[in-house]
Order: sequence, then structure tokens, then C-alpha cells
Amino acid sequence: MNITVIIAASLRTFTNRTPEVRLQADTVREALQALTDEYPEAARGLYDENGDLRDFVSIYVGDRDIRSLKGLRTELQEGDEIYLIPAIAGGACESVISTERMKAVTIEEKEIRRYSNHLQLKELSIKGQKRIMAGHVLVAGIGALGGVVAERLAAAGVGTIGLADAETVTPESLQTQTIHSTRDVDRPRVSSAKDRLKKLNPQVTAVVHQEKLTADNIEDILADYDIVVDASDNFVSRYLINDACVLQEKPEVFGAMYQTEGYVTVLGGKDSPCLRCLYPSPPPVGIVPTCSASGVVNTLPGILGAMMATEVIKLLTGNGEPLIGRMLTVDIWNLRYHMVHTAKDSGCAVCGTSPSIRAVQDMDYEDFCGLREDPNEEPIGSIDPEELARRLENNEAITIVDVREPHERAIHKFPGTLIIPIGQLARRQKELDPGIDTVFVCKEGKRSILAIRTLREAGYTGPMLTLKGGFDAAAQIIFPNEGAWL
Amino acid sequence: MALADHNITDKIDITDVTCPITFVKAKVAIEELEEGEILQIHLNHGEPLENVPRSLGEEGHEVLEKIDNGDGTWELIVRRGAD
Ligand SMILES: [Zn+2]
Repeated sequence: MNITVIIAASLRTFTNRTPEVRLQADTVREALQALTDEYPEAARGLYDENGDLRDFVSIYVGDRDIRSLKGLRTELQEGDEIYLIPAIAGGACESVISTERMKAVTIEEKEIRRYSNHLQLKELSIKGQKRIMAGHVLVAGIGALGGVVAERLAAAGVGTIGLADAETVTPESLQTQTIHSTRDVDRPRVSSAKDRLKKLNPQVTAVVHQEKLTADNIEDILADYDIVVDASDNFVSRYLINDACVLQEKPEVFGAMYQTEGYVTVLGGKDSPCLRCLYPSPPPVGIVPTCSASGVVNTLPGILGAMMATEVIKLLTGNGEPLIGRMLTVDIWNLRYHMVHTAKDSGCAVCGTSPSIRAVQDMDYEDFCGLREDPNEEPIGSIDPEELARRLENNEAITIVDVREPHERAIHKFPGTLIIPIGQLARRQKELDPGIDTVFVCKEGKRSILAIRTLREAGYTGPMLTLKGGFDAAAQIIFPNEGAWL
Repeated sequence: MALADHNITDKIDITDVTCPITFVKAKVAIEELEEGEILQIHLNHGEPLENVPRSLGEEGHEVLEKIDNGDGTWELIVRRGAD
């Protein structure tokens, strides 16, 4: 039989980092024999001195543990996949709330009816509900996913819910972000969410952190919480939250969505892989559209957010089988659900055995994605805002191209410019005049560099400049009196 | 045995509520006690008298006695079980 053996990242030290081995075998034993013939080191990882399979390795054929089949004698079918994963995956967890903290909670008379559904449930009961009430949970990002998580946790009775977000409610939020109402447009999302939670359950304390999470503030903000929910929509925040959770040894419930698909998992706890174990680096800028640029079915955050809140409740109460070492992927349009095994990577930069990241740091995402200057490449010319302002005042012939995403442009309008998102640049290069300077503008002056590279690769030969510091820098200089800027 | 024979630790009245809050209130009250301590529950005849003792028994607590007050209410004497 043709068999594929798939090796979890943490076990790949024994297979020269090979993630997958194709071989011939009729039983699991034969497959492991063929594997160790090819990679003798693997024998040391799989078997102890007595030649018995090590406890910490789980072997799955398809989605079934061989311990529930015939062990090593399990017969294989043509095309079967064998998964080798560390046994830390899955299973029950310990509550993150200590018994002392649970016992310190009393359920008041009026709370008995409010929480009666959980109190009746054998899985939660009184102790479970007390642990929920003792819990401090931070929700990072109060958009579509974070809003659902916060509402469910408030209704569940989570004692303290932190709301971390720096944005305001926009009209385009309303279809997906049901924590905010039509009247909340233009209000800070944290204020709108806090009002909603208070209305939903006055017993709950909602703490507002109206700021962007950065390397400077994240450690202080996280310190008071037992669990962090990452419902942010960008890679800079996700990696920052991941690193901070690993360093503070806090479990993190992670959720993300794209159009009709979603992902939920638990990261960063003692036994869980972290985001960097699964994805050492984020996808390059421009390859994956940002959430706001790609749309989403408005029911998806309801489903995923409720799943994320369920994971929080499992971790608070130490009940059920949380998504530790597993990731659930959901496609609600085609109704495909998959449980994917995930594993800690011993070579991980933040949670591995010899981590290179020992403190949180703000990631320069563009830099992280390889946008750093390549010394062999022709340097990219730049113009600073003062110079651009002078040339505009002198009515010099110059083309300005705004390469920001549509949702950014709604806030800062730059008059008299061509609007071409990066993805359309190559196709629309004929709109540019190669006889005059073209200045590319983005928010911070990084994606504009990517824009210039993209056009160079597409064969555009006219002079191109990047606006230094992007709109953020130009706003103060070019039209200082324009209220609409910031 | 009579009420006076029991060393009552705590009392609750669940005559003002209906199922399932009857059971939930009894459960919350008994779990506040230490193992072996005694809870006295004042409850109505009928559905509460049928269901509350059975449900508490299923949770591992021991129903020691049911005392008829003769006015449609009962006193249920329950010993807190182990966790
Ligand atoms: Zn890691």
C-alpha cells in the first residue's frame, strides 16, 4: 500500500525537518519500520530503550488513534495517511481559576435565576459557574468576532471582561458587528461595547482599554487577565498578542475568518503550540487581502465567536475538551468542518526550547515580510511631505497615486490623486505618465515601496517616488487646516 | 425522627419558585456547605417534593428525612455529600 506519514513539527527534528514521508506498508508497524529505515534518528524519537513506543507520541491513521484500533498491528489501506503527533494534544484541561478564587465567589439570590442554565448543567454546575464568575478575560479587537465573544461572556457572567480596541464604529461595521448599533456609528467601539455589556448583564465589570496594543502597553494590559481572546484582524496584533501570551504563560483563544471560512484554536498555554509554531511568519503584504477588503458572510462571526467564547468557558472551568493542540476549520458555505492537529514546535522562536524572542517587540510587518531594502536592487527614490507640498504649490506636473485600501481612504481623502490599490497597479500602469514623476502614497510609507517594486517588475520605466512617512506624515504638512484629515 | 433531632447547618425556602429553579436553589445552597453538614429545605408538596430529593440524590447528597408540615409544605433534611 502507498502510505503517507505526516510528522508533527515538534517531531521533525528526527526526520531532518521533513514534514511528510511517502512509503510502502501494510500495517502501522511496517510503516514505522520503513520510516526508521529511511531516518534512523526517528527510532530514537519513537521508541524507548526497551523498544516500546514512547508515551508522548500519538499515532493516528486518518483521524483515529491506533490505540483505538489494533495498535501497531493496525492494517492500512491504499492512500492512508498516518499522523505522528505529540500526545500533549487534546484531552481535558485544568481550570485556569484556582480553587481558592472559585470558593471566594458567592452566587447571590438574584444570580440563581440569571445563571440557572449553567447551574443546572452537569458539565458546569455551581463550581463551573463560580469559576466563570471569578474569571478575568481580555477581548482584543471589538469587531465582529470580538463583539460576539464579549456578549456571550458577559451573558455567561464572566466577572471582568476587558475590551481592547482603538477604533470607532463605522456604518460598514453594522452588518457584521452586532454588539454595536446604528446609533453607535462614530463612537469608540469600546464605549459602545461597554454600554451593551452593561445592559446585557450589570453584574459584569467591563474594563475599557481604548488604545492600540503595542509592545509598550501590552504587558501591563494583559497582566490582570486569566485568558486573552485574540479577535484582532491584522497580523501585527496577532503576533504581538501571541508573543505576550507565551511570555506571560497565558492561554489565548484565537479566531480568524475569511469570507466564508473560519479558524478557531487555543494557543500559547502550557501544552498548546503558539501562533509562531503554526505560522513562523505572516503571509507577505498584499498576498492575503485584509478582512475588511474581502468581505465576510455576516453570520460567520456569530458561529465562530460563539465557538471562541465556548473555548474560554472550557478553559475557565477546566471542563470539556478545549481546542488545545487542535484547530477547527469551518467553511459555513460548503459546510465543511475539519479538525486539524497542531503541535508545539521545539524550534519555535518564542515558545521553543531556545527561544530567540524573549521580550515583546513591535513588529514592523512590512519589514518582517521581506520588504527590507535589498542592497543589490536599484534604490527607491523618496520625497518628503514638505518637498511634495512645495511642488504642488508651484503647480509642477506630478502624478500622485493613493495605494491604500478603500476602508482607509474613507477617513483621509487626498484630493486630485489617482486611486489604485496595489493589486491593480500592474494592470492599470497605462494610467500613469512615464514623462513625469509619480508619487506613491500609503498610510505609513511602506506599502508605497511595495507599489514601486510591483510596477518595476511589471515593466513600468517612468520615474517613481515614495512619499516618506505616508499620509500620517503628510497630513500635518500639506493641508494643516483640513479638518477631514485625521 | 423530628426536626429537632437534626443538627441543621443552613435552611432555605424554595416554596416561592418553580422547577427548575427549585432544584438550582437547593443545589447552590447545599454546595455552600462542607461535606457532612445538614441543609433543611422548606418546599411545596407535589412536583418539588418529587423532583428535588431525587435530583439531590443523583448529585451525591443524602436525603435523611422528609417531614410533612400538614399545610401542603414539607421540610427536606439533606446531608451534604463529598465533591
Ligand atoms: Zn511557539
